[in-house]
Amino acid sequence: MKIAVPSEGKQMDSPVNRSFGRTPCFIVADTETGDFKVIDNEAAAAQGGAGIKAAQAIVDSGAGAVVTFHCGENAAEVLNAAGIRLWKAVPGTVADMADAWKNGTLAELSEIHAGYHGHG
Amino acid sequence: MPDTTVMVEGGEMRIAVLSGKGGTGKTFLSVNLAAAAKDAAYVDCDVEEPNGFLFLKPEIEKEESVEVAVPEIDESACDGCRSCVRFCRFNALAFLKGKPRVFPELCHSCGGCSLLCPKEAIRERKRAVGVIEHGRAGGVSFLSGTLNSGEATGVPIIRQMIREIPAAPVTVIDCPPGSSCSVMESIKGADFCLLVTEPTLFGLENLKLVLQLARTFHKPCAIVVNKATDSTKMMEAAAREFQIPIFARIPYDAELARASAQGNLAAGRETFRPIFLNLLETLKGSEEKEA
Repeated sequence: MKIAVPSEGKQMDSPVNRSFGRTPCFIVADTETGDFKVIDNEAAAAQGGAGIKAAQAIVDSGAGAVVTFHCGENAAEVLNAAGIRLWKAVPGTVADMADAWKNGTLAELSEIHAGYHGHG
Repeated sequence: MPDTTVMVEGGEMRIAVLSGKGGTGKTFLSVNLAAAAKDAAYVDCDVEEPNGFLFLKPEIEKEESVEVAVPEIDESACDGCRSCVRFCRFNALAFLKGKPRVFPELCHSCGGCSLLCPKEAIRERKRAVGVIEHGRAGGVSFLSGTLNSGEATGVPIIRQMIREIPAAPVTVIDCPPGSSCSVMESIKGADFCLLVTEPTLFGLENLKLVLQLARTFHKPCAIVVNKATDSTKMMEAAAREFQIPIFARIPYDAELARASAQGNLAAGRETFRPIFLNLLETLKGSEEKEA
């Protein structure tokens, strides 16, 4: 399974980013092979709809799960529609999230926030 | 009561009343200016929380719906080329399971997706985002917009209201707070910007923001100090620094606060009416100077 994690950096030992839509990048880690790839988050500077654009990049990456602290309702709608499950991140690195996901210790992400939808 | 209202002669004048923050006195100033002018229009552009009606107490004569165009995908015609999704800079379209999906509340109704679609699989449908009420309060034509709950932007409502302003010698545009898109839409067609502020550091910082906005739009502007006290000196220093006149000072006064809290117009009271009449005269004078 490939899992996507919003990341502060481009390595597996980078910390998980607090934001989903505005994270600088995502790491998509293959929990079977240990391979990973980095997706720059083009939505980070989007005026609006960042969550949708970020979620789109994850759908297109072929990931089957997302581990994140937060997720807005539009992004969740995109991910749900693509059959991607959401798991709640815990403080740590991207590698920690991949291990925790493999060990089945993560809880499903139940709080979907209403989004910020700010128009500047 | 003697008739001391002034008639602004000559052309029409559109005055936008704005401030960087809420609670400074935009609506207070706007409704009283409109009421003091003999023949005026009042437009409540604070569509997220319109409250001018509380003071003007208009009789509503007409209510109209405001609709925006949003795309509707004909999935049988769509071949999944994604050109619409790539085009949308507001990210109102996602591509899921081979088809685009629309997020209507993010759509800015630009129409680009339907123009670009090579299969003509995108039509536009109308979606209601709010209402505009038209009414009268004495000599004041009243317009007020209300955005539906959960909508992201009041701009379409403001744009439509501004188009529908009836002819009047003076139009007072009661802007939303802040300095974002909806404020820009509100002041675009204005001849003059009145920047309401209060003599606090917070008021000063917000004044700087709206002043920057008004100048970006090349609008002549002036300050109205509301809740003016001895500390108004700070605003006077700021006015000198920014080279912007102070057109009126409204005192920090318990009677004014009481009248407002009860939904009454200060312009209806002998003590306070001259403030608004003088302000109208000053505005009129500044317009002649401009011309």
